[in-house]
Amino acid sequence: MLIRALQDQGVNKIYGYPGGSVLHIYDALFQQQEIQHILVRHEQAATHMADAFARATGKAGVALVTSGPGATNAITGIATAYTDSIPMVVITGQVPSHLIGEDAFQETDMIGISRPVVKHSFSVKHPSEIPGIVKKAFHIAESGRPGPVVIDVPKDMTNPTDKFEYSFPKTVKMRSYNPVAKGHSGQIKKAFDLLVAAKRPVIYAGGGVIIGRACEELIEIAKTLNYPVTNTLMGLGGFPGTDRQSVGMLGMHGSYEANMTMHHSDLIFAVGVRFDDRVTNGLDKFCPTAKIIHIDIDPTSISKTVRADVPIVGPAKIVLQDFLKLIKGSKKQPDTQAIKTWWHQIDEWRARHGGRFLTDDSELMKPQQVIQMLSQVTNGDAYVCSDVGQHQMFAAQYYKFNKPNRWINSGGLGTMGFGFPAAMGVKLNFPDADVACVTGEGSIQMNIQELSTCSQYDIPVKIICLNNGSLGMVRQWQDMNYESRHSHSYMESLPDFVKLAEAYGHVGMKVDKFTDLEGAMTDAFAMKDKLVFMDITVDPFEHVYPMQIPRGSMRDMLLSKTERT
Amino acid sequence: MRHILSVLLENEPGALSRVVGLFSQRNFNIESLTVAATDDITLSRITITTTGTDKLVEQVTKQLNKLVDVVKVVDLTEGDHIERELMLIKYKAAGAQREEIKRTADIFRGQIIDITPSTYTVQLVGSSRKLDAFIEAMDTANLIEVVRTGVSGIARGDKVLSV
Repeated sequence: MLIRALQDQGVNKIYGYPGGSVLHIYDALFQQQEIQHILVRHEQAATHMADAFARATGKAGVALVTSGPGATNAITGIATAYTDSIPMVVITGQVPSHLIGEDAFQETDMIGISRPVVKHSFSVKHPSEIPGIVKKAFHIAESGRPGPVVIDVPKDMTNPTDKFEYSFPKTVKMRSYNPVAKGHSGQIKKAFDLLVAAKRPVIYAGGGVIIGRACEELIEIAKTLNYPVTNTLMGLGGFPGTDRQSVGMLGMHGSYEANMTMHHSDLIFAVGVRFDDRVTNGLDKFCPTAKIIHIDIDPTSISKTVRADVPIVGPAKIVLQDFLKLIKGSKKQPDTQAIKTWWHQIDEWRARHGGRFLTDDSELMKPQQVIQMLSQVTNGDAYVCSDVGQHQMFAAQYYKFNKPNRWINSGGLGTMGFGFPAAMGVKLNFPDADVACVTGEGSIQMNIQELSTCSQYDIPVKIICLNNGSLGMVRQWQDMNYESRHSHSYMESLPDFVKLAEAYGHVGMKVDKFTDLEGAMTDAFAMKDKLVFMDITVDPFEHVYPMQIPRGSMRDMLLSKTERT
Repeated sequence: MRHILSVLLENEPGALSRVVGLFSQRNFNIESLTVAATDDITLSRITITTTGTDKLVEQVTKQLNKLVDVVKVVDLTEGDHIERELMLIKYKAAGAQREEIKRTADIFRGQIIDITPSTYTVQLVGSSRKLDAFIEAMDTANLIEVVRTGVSGIARGDKVLSV
C-alpha cells in the first residue's frame, strides 16, 4: 500500500537501507519496477541523496530506513534538510504497534527524536491511512516553506496479509495548514514606493528565490531597475554570478563589495532570506542607514533578528510578479543619477578588493586556484555539491554560478559528509550533467563508504578533494583566536585516496602542482563513465578571506592575514 | 510583559508535544499551560501563559502558527479577556486556625471542600493574582500542599476563537 502510494505520488527513485521493521516494504519494492531503490552504505547518505535530488529539482526526495539505528542515522540528514528548507519525505520503519513503548529491539521514538528538525511528522495508526498520509506528507514537504516530513510506519501497518481498500486522494485539504498564496497588495505598494525612491539600494536574495522558483522574476527586477544584487550562500545561482550587477556573496566570508554595498545602502530589498547570523554580523551595527523590505513565505523569518520596515509574507515568485507589474505600470521610476553614483562607488569597492587572493612563490597550490580551474573546465555549468569547511567557502566565492539549483551545499546546518552523497543524488537524476563534489580530506571521510554505492550503481561523480592535511576552517579559527594552538585539527594518517578509490573500482588521481591541474581536471571530466577521485594537495596555511570581524558591522572585515577594513 | 495565548490545535497524538517542544527548543518560557478537548472533540484548546518582550511573544505566536497541527493562535492579552485558575490548597488546621482559614476563604469566595480533624482543603477560583494573594494572606507555616491548574482564558464579548 505504501509503495503503491509512492508510485501514485510520482516517485521514481528512493534511497534507503533495509532492516527488520521495513522488510514488508522492501518485499513490495522487490515486486515492482516503477520505483528504483538505491541501496546506500549508511542511512545518512540516503537522506543527503534525497535532499540533493530535491535541491536540484525542487521536488521532494524520498528516503527509506529501518527503525532504531536506521532512523537515528537519518537524523543528521533530516536536520540538514530542515535548516535549508528542503522538501523531503523520510519513511522510517517502526517496531510493531503492540511493542511500541516496550523498549523492543531496534525501537526508538522517531517522532520524538525528529520533532525539532521536521516540518511535520506522521505516525501510521491504521494501514488504510497510508495513501492519505503519503499525499499529505508530500503536500506539506513541498508547499509553503518546504521542509522534511517523517512518516513512521510500524511493521504491522505494512503486513501484506492484511488487505484494505486502496484509494489515493486527489487533493489535500487541511484546516490547520494553509500556506500563504500571495503577498499583501498594500504592503507591496508601500514597498514599491520605497524601492524606487532609493538612492543606494541593494537586492539581497537568498535560497527562497531558488526554492520558490523566482529567479526569472528577480533577474528581471534587478535588470529593469539596474540595482546591485548580492546572494546568500544558499542563494548562489539565483542571479547570474558573472553578471555585472552581481556583487557576489555576502556575509561572514562574503565579498568585500557585497558587504560594503550592504552596509552603506539606504534600502535593502530582501527576498527569501532570513538575516542569518552568518550574514548580519553584529545585529546592533547592522546596516545603520538602510530601510528594509523583507519578502518571505515564512512569517517567522520576518523580524526574527532584524526588524523589517515593510514585511511582506508570500511566495517569492508571486510577490515579485506583483512588483514587476508595478515597476512596469508606474510613473515612478528610480533616480538614475543616484543609481549611477551608487554604481560608481560599488565599482570602486570592486576594484579595490574584487575576489583577489595572494599567490606567492611557493610551489603550493592555492585552493582558490583549484576552484577557478573547476569553474573554467566545467564552464560554470556543473552541479557543484560541497562539503563543509574552507573548501565550501572557496567554492562559493570562486565558482561563478550562472544557473539556479546548481550549487548544492549544507548552508544552515553545516553538515560535513553532505557533499559526496549529494553529488551522487544529483548525478543519478541528471546522468548527462557534470557533477562535482568539492570536498576536503576531512569531510570526504565522513561518508566515504559511499564509494561502494557508486560502484554498484555506476555513479560517475568527480570528487575534487582539496587536501590541506588539516581541518582547514577549524585550523583557521585556531590561528585567529587560539594563538595557533591546533588542537585536534590535524589529520594524521590519511589514507592513500588514489588507492582507496581504486580499491572500489574507481579512478584516483593525485595532483600536487598547479601546472598539472588543468590537464588532470580536463581528463577527469572527460571520463564520463568513471568516478574520479582527485586528491589535490593545496596550501595548508591558506585562510578564507574576507572574513567579518565578530560582533562588528557588515563592513568590518579582515581582507588577508595582514589587512583589515 | 505577561501574555496569555489561546491555541486551537488538532486533537491528535503528539500534537501537544510539538507545542511544548517548541517552547523549550526556542528558549521560550511557559509559566502555565492548560489543555483539554473542546466541544468539538477533534480540537484541543491550550491556554499558555508566558512572559517576554513584544518581539519575543510575536515570534512565539508566529512559531506556534507555523506548527502544522495548530489551527489558530490568539494573544488574549491584546484585548479584553477573562482569565481564571483553580487552586486546591491544604492547610494544617487545628484550634483557632480552623476559624481563620474559614474566614479568609470566605473573603476570597473560596470553599472548604475537604475536612479532617487536622486539615482543611480550600478550593479557590480566580485570576492568578487572586490566588497568589490568598496564599500571601494566609500563614505559610500551616500550608501543607498547593495544586494549581494554570490559567484558562477567554475573550470578553463577541470575540470568539473558533475554526
